[in-house]
Amino acid sequence: MKLTVWTYEGPPHVGAMRVATGMKGLHYVLHAPQGDTYADLLFTMIERRDHRPPVTYTTFQARDLGADTAGLFKDACQDAYDRFQPEAIIVGASCTAELIQDDPGGLAETMGLPIPVIALELPSYQRKENFGADETFFQIVKHLAQPMEKTKRVSCNIIGPTALGFRHRDDVAEITNLLYELGIEVNVTGPMGATPADIAKMGQAHFNLLLYPETGETAARYCEKTFDQPYTKVIPIGAGATWDFIEEIRTLSGSTNKIDSERLRQTWWSRSVDSTYLTGKRVFIFGDGTHVKAAARVARDEMGFEVVGMGCYNREFARDVRALAKEYGVEALITDDYLLVEQTIEDLQPEMILGTQMERHIGKRLGIPCAVISAPVHVQDFPARYSPQMGFEGANVLFDTWIHPLVMGLEEHLLHMFRDDFEFNDAAGPSHHGGHSPKKAASAPEQIEAPVDDNVIWLTDAERELKKIPFFVRGKARRNTESYAADRGLNQISVDTLYEAKAHFAR
Amino acid sequence: MTEQMIPPPLGGCRSAPVLKQRGQREVFCGLTGIIWLHRKMQDAFFLVVGSRTCAHLLQSAAGVMIFAEPRFGTAILEEADLAGLNDAHDELDREVATLLARRPDIRQLFLVGSCPSEVIKLDLNRAAERLTVEYAPKVRVLEYSGSGIETTFTQGEDACLAAMVPVLPKTEARNLVVVGALPDVVEDQMLGLLDGLGIDTVHVLPSRTIESEIAIGPNTVYALTQPFLNETHAALERRGARHLPAPFPMGEEGTTAWLNAIAIEFGVASETFETVTEAPRRRARQAVAQAAQQLNGKSVFFFPDSQLEIPLARFLTRECGMTALEVGSPYIHDAIHGPDLELLAAGPQISEGQDVDLQLDRCREARPDLTVCGLGLANPLEAEGLSTKWAIELVFTPVHFYEQAGDLASLFARPLHRKEILGVAAE
Repeated sequence: MKLTVWTYEGPPHVGAMRVATGMKGLHYVLHAPQGDTYADLLFTMIERRDHRPPVTYTTFQARDLGADTAGLFKDACQDAYDRFQPEAIIVGASCTAELIQDDPGGLAETMGLPIPVIALELPSYQRKENFGADETFFQIVKHLAQPMEKTKRVSCNIIGPTALGFRHRDDVAEITNLLYELGIEVNVTGPMGATPADIAKMGQAHFNLLLYPETGETAARYCEKTFDQPYTKVIPIGAGATWDFIEEIRTLSGSTNKIDSERLRQTWWSRSVDSTYLTGKRVFIFGDGTHVKAAARVARDEMGFEVVGMGCYNREFARDVRALAKEYGVEALITDDYLLVEQTIEDLQPEMILGTQMERHIGKRLGIPCAVISAPVHVQDFPARYSPQMGFEGANVLFDTWIHPLVMGLEEHLLHMFRDDFEFNDAAGPSHHGGHSPKKAASAPEQIEAPVDDNVIWLTDAERELKKIPFFVRGKARRNTESYAADRGLNQISVDTLYEAKAHFAR
Repeated sequence: MTEQMIPPPLGGCRSAPVLKQRGQREVFCGLTGIIWLHRKMQDAFFLVVGSRTCAHLLQSAAGVMIFAEPRFGTAILEEADLAGLNDAHDELDREVATLLARRPDIRQLFLVGSCPSEVIKLDLNRAAERLTVEYAPKVRVLEYSGSGIETTFTQGEDACLAAMVPVLPKTEARNLVVVGALPDVVEDQMLGLLDGLGIDTVHVLPSRTIESEIAIGPNTVYALTQPFLNETHAALERRGARHLPAPFPMGEEGTTAWLNAIAIEFGVASETFETVTEAPRRRARQAVAQAAQQLNGKSVFFFPDSQLEIPLARFLTRECGMTALEVGSPYIHDAIHGPDLELLAAGPQISEGQDVDLQLDRCREARPDLTVCGLGLANPLEAEGLSTKWAIELVFTPVHFYEQAGDLASLFARPLHRKEILGVAAE
């Protein structure tokens, strides 16, 4: 047993739902108790979908357990086929149904439905949502995709986008455009938007673009082995990675088309003098492995931030993230324990968090700005506007969304100069976030003022001086001063110590 | 008071035939109740013993996450727990010890059973007894089931309150217990009204902290403020307390009838009743009338969700001028829903339980002006051109008693009003 307050990933059958809901003409019959239907609202509310997810739940109750839950499953399966007339059905069990061992796959097989029935084995007590999506898409491809002759023109499949994915809708549009410029046809995009009939002809493509390893890598590997389709390894998030991605595609396709990069403004925006204030901002990065790896590169090499910590919640990517963290000279945090992530952020006192919606809440509590770079996401992370993370436009979007939570350049200076102004002070927060400057935000950082280390005492004057430092650098100042004092064996911090430390850490 | 009441209809719905269907039920499980109960009981912690699905439901169901340190969590069962490699009780003891060490302010701990814990027959009752002995007197440990195989949405609160009834102290004193979790502001209004009527020994279940002096005995009478408290009702009867049946205190009429049942029981003079209720009744009527302009003459269709459907249909048809086409409720209990059904004019199809696809067919066929349904159905129905009110908001918003009657009507009026503003024909 493990105590969990908030979870980064849902159970694996929710991953399967993301695949089914992204696709068309596919239906998912899920053996599950009443209540598991809550998962529908992830799609209808958070993603604002205008259709119910194509999922039929058996919704068994206690009184059914002694009776015939297997019969209930078969009825639900038959009803779903009759009503929705899908091209293919996937069947599986949620965590509770797994325990009653009705074998939905076996049951559905005996029904003789005239369409492909794909059984899913998703161990609910071991694995999670991303695994569920990855495994489901792999099973669908394995069952439906046929060996075929390659298309005459160079073509590829786009693999990985699902329903409820972070910006998948816009990433696919952006990458599809890029392929068009490169003169490459998209054979199939899946799971999102594909029908079972589309999946059947995936073998026609010359190679695959794997946009989301979390949800598509197993299928991509299978296609590589079975259809001789190499797949891309670069994730085109950020300007540099997009150029690398284009190179990778050129190698795979032989395309020599010129790419028009005039739309890419991020590189100039980042070099322009106004962005000087971004230099060396200490950021902490947390999310799924793929987005974290990409964000680290953008943060350091394209924004000029200092990465002070990174981590991911999906253990499947632990090795990658650990290796990268080593390269960045930081400790990798591999955990799905929300409280531990919160504690780490509190200890590191970054000036900014690049995280998930969970870290947004941590940031709110600690008074640290946060931009969302990865799932899990909430309703506000499904914007109405075009807002990809990938490709050139994606790089522009990253620049905008990452600097938005920050206090802007000159404003930062003014806060340093006139920190006691009754209207314009650090407690008021960034002035372009009018509604976001309640007293609460100011009191949260105050709580962390209490000396953390019992061995080092802040003298009253020093404590007062520390409070004059604007909130967005106060945490760092406190931490630096304490480590400076600790290194020198000082057990008291005076105003002098504070400024000695400032000089010592000056950059 | 009677002269201002609309007379009850000649043929109400109490004996109307009920359509019962069995199929996919698009409803939450009882765990959802934790989302409001953990805020109501400020010294309680709810520990779900379940799966990742349970944890995911809790953070998704509310639509928003409550990120103030939540007083609930999930002890997620893992492979080793199921394979019998770990002693589940040892595991639970360890998690509880960690939790109580981290949260010394917790005085009541609820172990909440889930679908998986029920299927593997994890004996939480035994665990609660053992832990109570261990942590008494500081912490009281109780258990109930919020599982989807046992409970539907608001039945989780019912199961929780029912679990509290047997441990309440015994009293011979005459007292009134008001049962059902209400927002604090509404609870205070209610207590003010009862105080005005001169009823002074009033207790509320659940109380805000374990320190309340609530006690039960043969001279206890109780009134329910929520229509989903069937098990709690039975548990209180077993303790010898007596139920005061009444319509539920939603809308001006419901609130007045509910208070009147109590006033009669306690022999409150009718002049006193008039004096106390006159002003709030007038305000409630006024506020409802404002919002009802939008609702008057429109039709409404209820999908089963919280068991609030019957009292709400009564309110919308009698105070807001709507016509009910179908009133679906997950469960209907005559002892609890009877008084409201009696006031609901014959006509609507009363349905219990659900086969969601068949019910959607009926709804599309009926084309109501307003459909009250769960979050999974609302946007899809909107996209089909039907106006909807998501039902969960009715549980998460203060809607009981006089001062909220106008807000209650507004909740239903808002989707229609919005369509008008946006220039979309509300069909």
